[in-house]
Formats: sequence, C-alpha cells, structure tokens
Amino acid sequence: MYVAVKGGERAIENAHRLLAHERRGDCDVPELSLAQISGQLSLGVDRIMTEGSLYDRELAALALKQARGDMIEAIFLIRAFRATLPRFGATEPVDTGQMRVRRRISSTFKDIPGGQILGPTFDYTHRLLDPRLAEGSEPEAPATAEASAATMPRVTDILGRDGLIEPSPQVDADSAVGDLTREPLSFPADRDLRLQNLARADEGFLLALGYSTQRGYGRSHPFAGEIRLGEVEVEFMAEDVGFAVPLGAVTLTECQMVNQFKGSATEAPCFTRGYGLAFGQSERKTMSMALVDRSLRARELGEEIIAPAQDEEFVMSHSDNVQATGFVEHLKLPHYVDFQSELGLLRKLRKEFSEAATDTAAPMQEAAE
Amino acid sequence: MADSKIAVQDNDQPLLLADGLGKSYGRLSACRDVSFALYPGEVLAIVGESGSGKSTLLQLLSAQLSPSAGKVSYRMRDGVMRDLAALGEAERRFLLRTDWGYVHQDPVLGLRMAVSAGANVGERLMAVGWNHYGRIRDTATSWLERVEIDVGRIDDAPRTYSGGMRQRLQIARNLVTEPRLVFMDEPTGGLDVSVQARLLDLMRNLVSELGLAAIVVTHDLAVARLLSHRVMVMKGGRVIETGLTDQVLDDPREPYTQLLVSSILPA
Amino acid sequence: MNAPVYNFAYLDEQTKRMIRRAILKAIAIPGYQVPFASREMPMPYGWGTGGVQVTAAILGPADVLKVIDQGSDDTTNAISIRKFFARTAGVATTTATADATVIQTRHRIPEAPLHGGQVLVYQVPIPEPLRFLEPRETETRRMHALGEYGLMHVKLYEDIARFGHIATSYAYPVKVNARYVMDPSPTPKFDNPKMDNCPALQLFGAGREKRIYAIPPYTSVVSLDFEDHPFTRYRFDAPCALCGADDSYLDEIVTDDQGSRMFVCSDTDYCENRQAQGHRGSESAAPHKERPHG
Repeated sequence: MYVAVKGGERAIENAHRLLAHERRGDCDVPELSLAQISGQLSLGVDRIMTEGSLYDRELAALALKQARGDMIEAIFLIRAFRATLPRFGATEPVDTGQMRVRRRISSTFKDIPGGQILGPTFDYTHRLLDPRLAEGSEPEAPATAEASAATMPRVTDILGRDGLIEPSPQVDADSAVGDLTREPLSFPADRDLRLQNLARADEGFLLALGYSTQRGYGRSHPFAGEIRLGEVEVEFMAEDVGFAVPLGAVTLTECQMVNQFKGSATEAPCFTRGYGLAFGQSERKTMSMALVDRSLRARELGEEIIAPAQDEEFVMSHSDNVQATGFVEHLKLPHYVDFQSELGLLRKLRKEFSEAATDTAAPMQEAAE
Repeated sequence: MADSKIAVQDNDQPLLLADGLGKSYGRLSACRDVSFALYPGEVLAIVGESGSGKSTLLQLLSAQLSPSAGKVSYRMRDGVMRDLAALGEAERRFLLRTDWGYVHQDPVLGLRMAVSAGANVGERLMAVGWNHYGRIRDTATSWLERVEIDVGRIDDAPRTYSGGMRQRLQIARNLVTEPRLVFMDEPTGGLDVSVQARLLDLMRNLVSELGLAAIVVTHDLAVARLLSHRVMVMKGGRVIETGLTDQVLDDPREPYTQLLVSSILPA
Repeated sequence: MNAPVYNFAYLDEQTKRMIRRAILKAIAIPGYQVPFASREMPMPYGWGTGGVQVTAAILGPADVLKVIDQGSDDTTNAISIRKFFARTAGVATTTATADATVIQTRHRIPEAPLHGGQVLVYQVPIPEPLRFLEPRETETRRMHALGEYGLMHVKLYEDIARFGHIATSYAYPVKVNARYVMDPSPTPKFDNPKMDNCPALQLFGAGREKRIYAIPPYTSVVSLDFEDHPFTRYRFDAPCALCGADDSYLDEIVTDDQGSRMFVCSDTDYCENRQAQGHRGSESAAPHKERPHG
C-alpha cells in the first residue's frame, strides 16, 4: 500500500523556523547589532554594497546578519530589494579628482603631487593572529596631522597631460549610460555595460581572472597607476529646479591601471587604461576589476583574443555570483521527471547493449559528448 | 596531358572575377591590384613564398576578408554575376556551405573533431534540409569510399584518424554538396611525402571527375604542377607572373619565378 | 530604515509593462527568444525567476493560479511559488488543472488537456536549444536568424549512429510554426505532442538568461527527427499503480532498499481526479491521506 507524500508546506515552515533559531545562535551570547556589523565588519559590508549595487550600510549590515555571514546570500538579499526600488534617474558623474582622500598610493611614481598616503591598510601588517582582539581592547588613537591643502590630481591625468596615456574615452554628454539591470545585455557590449557588470561581479571571480592575466593568459603588463580611497559628493540633476542638488557623500575606492602601450600606423604609441571602482574600501576588487576591464578591451584595441579574461561573453555571462549561485544550487530542486526520462532511456540502451553484446563483442562507444 | 586538363565545360563565362583586389592594414599592404578570371572547371594555383600575400588573397576571394580595394564577383547558380561584398550574410553563408568548399591546411579547422566522420560529411546535407537518416548515411558512406576511407570507420571521430585520413575526410565533407568551386589552402602541407602523393592523386581525379573549379594556394610547386591548369606567382603582395602551369614552371619569365622554380628561395 | 513596500504580484507596474511588451513580441514571433531586462527576484536564479516574472506580469486579481513542479502541486518549490503569489497578489489558487487560468510549471505539462483562455507558464533554465552545441550567444543568435539548424541535426544523427535512436529524453528540441527551433524547457519528451496546436497560450520565462518566448494558441510545434527515425513518445509499460492510468507520465518510486519499485502518475492532480472517479491501480490506497513529513 502506498500513500503519496504530502505535507511539504509544513516542512517548509518548520525549516524556516529552525533556520531563524540557528541564525540567532546561543541566546546566552548577546545578539549582534547592525551598528556593530556596520562598524566592525565594515569591509564585509562594503563588499555587500558593491556587489549588491546599493549604497546603504544599514541595509547591508542587516543583510549580512540575516544571511548568517554568508556574503553571497547577503548580496542576493540586497539585490532583490534593490530590484523593487523606484528609479528617479541617474546622478551626475562623480568626480574622483575632487575626492576627500583618505588613502592614495601609486606604484608608478615615487613622489606625486599631493603625496602618497597610506591610510588604513593591511598592506604592511604582519599576518600574526592578535590575541588582544580576542580579549577586547581599545586601540591607540590614530595619529593626526593638518589636512593638506594640496590638490591631488589623478596620476593618469598627469600622464595624460603629455599624451603618454590614451585619453579617457569621452562619451557624448547626452548619450544615455547603459544599465544592464534595466536593459537586457546583448553582445558585443560597450564599456559602460562591461564596467557595470564588473562592478557587480563576484570579487573572487574577478580576482582569479585578473590573476590569470598576470600569469600569461592574456598579459597586459599592468602598473597600479593609482589607487585612491575617500569620500566624493553625489549630485542629482533635478529637472524641476534646473540645477544639480547634492545628495550626500559616498565612500569609493578607485583603481586606475596603466597598461602596455599600443600604437598603430596612424597613432603614436601610448599607455592604455584599465579601470576599477567600488563602494567603500574594496581594493582587491577594484584592482582585479581594472585588470579585467583592460583585458576586455582587447577587441577595441585590436588585440588577439586568446584568454578567458579577454572573452567578454565568457566573463560577463559568468561574473554574477547571484546568478551563479542560483543556478548551481538549483540542482537541489527536484529533477524527478528528467531523471526518470534519463533512467528509462539508460535502461533501454543497456538492454540493447547486452542483447547486442551476446551477438558480437563490440566495444562500448563513448557516451555523447 | 596538358590538353586533357584544359578541356573544361563548354561554359565560356567566368565563374569568378577578381578586379583590382587589394588589402591593406594601416600602412602595410598585404595584397595589391590583383585581377583575374576563373572559368568553370579550371584549377588555378597561387604560388609564392610565405608572406607573399597568397593566403590573404585566398581569404579575399572566399569572402572571409573584405577588400580595401577592388571587388570579387561570382556567378551564382542562377547564372547572375554578383559582387561578393554586396551579398547578405545569409547568402554568403549559404554559398559557403553549398556551392563552395574550403579545404584548410589544418583539418582541425575544417572538421568537427569530436563528431563522427559520417556526421562530418552529412552536416552540409542536413544544413540544406536533408531529413532522411538512411539517405544521409548512404551518401556519407559513398563519399568515404570515394576518398578511400574504410567505411568501417564511419562512426569514429576524426581525432582517431591519421593526418592523411583527416585531410581526405575534410575533402569529402566539402564535396558532398557538389560545389562548383573549392578553395584550398596548402592542402598537402604538414603531411608526409608518401601521404602527399596519394592525396594529390586523389584530388586530381576528383577535380576532373566532378569538373570542379579550384583555387589552390601552395608554396609547393609540385602541387601546382600536378593539380593546376594555370599558375599565378605572387611576391610582395603583387602578382608578378601568370600563365599556363607548364609554361610558367618550365619556362619562367621573371627572375623571381626562376629562383622559385630552381628551389633557391625558401618557400 | 527604508521599510520595503511591495506592489500587487511583487513587481512594480513599470517592470510589468516591460515584461508584457516582451511577451507580446514573443507571441508575435512564435519560438523566438525575446531578451528582457529580468529583475532580481526574491528567490534564487534557477528556481523559477523567469516563470515567476512572467506570471507576475500577466496575473490579475480575478485569476486562479496553479503551480506545479515535476507535475505535482505539492513539491516544495511549487508550494513556495504558490505561497509567494497568494501572499503578494492575494489571488485564488487551485490544484485543479481545469479550474486554473494561469498554470506555472517546472518540467511538466499537465495530463488533462488545456483549454482556450488558459495560460501555461514554463520555468526555463537554459532557453537556447543550440547552447550545448555552440556556447557563444552571438553565434547562436546568428544561427537562429539565418535558420541554420544543420548542427542540431548533427546531434540527432550522432545519437542514431551511436545508439540506434535519438537519445534525447527531455528538453527535446522542437520547431515552432515551421521557423524557430525552440527548447521546450526540461519537460520529458513525452509532453512534446501536447504543445502542438494547443488551445492555451504557452509562455516561457528564463530569468537568469533573460529571455521570454511563446507559443501562441493553435500553433504548430514539431519535434525534430528524421523521416526514417520519427519522434516517438517514451512511456513506461506499466499503468499507474494508484489510478491505473495507462496514458500518463509516471514517476518511479523506490519503495524499499531491496530494489522494489512502483510507478505512479507524476501529475498528482490527474491521478487524484482519476482515483476520485473510482479508477484503481495495483497499489491503491484510500485517496488523500496526509503523511506527517515532507
């Protein structure tokens, strides 16, 4: 006697209750506040804002808490929320040249106007576990100095003055910037869409691709022209009032890579650019992004496309971790019906094979490729 | 022998016309001012050193590259002469898989290496609407026989084939739709001498049986002598000498051709 | 904090209009994959986001919704999606195929014939039937545009050469309206004939791949084959062990660890209807008994 399985609905509800319980963990341990997450796990929050493509620290902290620390799940929560937000328009382009810089380094010149500023960085820390953090301790107050009045021109602008680097591609001010969350992506994609895709792309995926270009899969001979971190003003052109209204400041990390020069019969050789930009402090992300951006310009620069990082269909179709995780994890969903079809076919083929094998000892062919 | 080769179809209209054809990349000119007419059933060999522009020319003629100057016209099956540059992509691709063949030097480029030999030959038939498995397979079988491939290997993928077999399979794959014009890019390159001889013999027979026109790019003058009716000698992107094959090879006019014929120049 | 407020059927009206435009275009060009700006939905990509967006765009307050996964109304993902719309749109839901105006499905077409006025919404993981033969989107779009489908037949040829018959058992490619080759989504090929000349509108949504396509009512849908190796439906030899149906697609149930198996209808609504009408199979129980665990 057989009774078909029922009660899936209650099972789902129970699973969700159990999840909420596990998320909270041991109730004798104080619960995390959003301020703690936002303030003390700030680089994680930055990544969620960048790949979630929504600048809201509080919501990103909430997402991280709700996701039990799973970054991709948190990014997914932010993306799904973002998708429902009304769209008023696009801000004016932010001017990173006017950034209130907290960190700024260049690997191409020893000294640059405005100076090198290390700022908060892991770079020269010795990676030794610090037991004082486990106990909880007050750090030393940071050193301070008078804010410099010197301007900090972008290193690429300094190179650009002598024509040593290609001009940053200027688009017609009236032409609309693409938005792949509003228009379906089609190939070949222009650089605005590529950069948007890379900005939302999984950090680990970009890191691996950027790394692969350094190891010879589409070399571009990069130099870190400049990496800068700080706050920039965001302005919105309000049609009603006729001028740009300041909306506030956002923290950005920008990386400008200076890459191998190109030249042709009609153009003098000059350095080329790769660009990376992210919310918050996200240096690994912006550097990887700049490497991959440069690689994806292969078509535009007439380079031979031989490596994965140069292949825009490959990169852009697989860079989004929300898409990737959904499709990988959908294998958990029932596939009884398809599997049944395959099972039936396989049994039939095996039967035919064993029947044939009794006649002749023909070798088995390879499975379909 | 020369007479039998020149005896072609009674069609005295050219099949393909090149007119002032050129291709340049920036200041670099790969190929300049090439004009000729190819008639049905005629085999033309383009010879020269590497870098002479012969491969560029073949790509221009087969509409894989667009010319910087001049044009290529082709007489379609309906008898109308058409400028290749004016063909739509659908027409161009249709031409490439029906009325034309293209034999690559490296068979890997011209075959689907993971697909069986039968399907490799049958693909062009299926692309033009053949829908009967048995007939596709019979036709593939008879083509394997014609190119001297053991029909017992019909279900094997070409990656299990030797170099000579792959090249013969590539030829069968191209000829199955009975094209009127076949482009060949160094068809015997990379093969052992004994394998080359057998392949050349096979190609010569097929070309004359089927009344095919062919344009063969080769650095090997033996290939030109055995296959072609006419020869064009290229140097530095230009055609420097042209004429009947035996005439050019036995009695070269240009000093460069003389050097080429006496195998002093590395090809 | 920015407290979220959601629209009827979750999606904002602007997005719905965008999706409806894509649907209209898809209906106008049967079998053609229309790109659309798929939104991030509150369920993962690959779990029906395309179908959910199509359903959200066409759903009205008077609609009656049925959601099935693997033919069943009671699989976890079907429940999850049905609850989503019950909550965000407040529409009536049903498990009865005949009563539904919109049926969202994953991997099956209901056994009961669909009627005019109904819409069947398929969830599609990979909309491109040529994808595993040619990975590049730019190239596959060109192949569709030029109607170059020789490669698809190469695949079928290879199957016959290797196995003696076409070894594709689900997501079996079809030609729609004698023009576009289309992926019917991973439904078993058993369901393919139901798509042909169907009175209901069939819509296909692929969220992650951002494509919508459609088969308008009464459109010809032909499964690809060779004249001498015609398409055949595959079905088990045995009838359903619960309702005795011999015309339905069956799930295989492993009943113990000794290799015992039984076969029952994958379409639970169809099976229950038949049992209610008094049909019985070899393992019939009293219908509709709940089990405590899912």
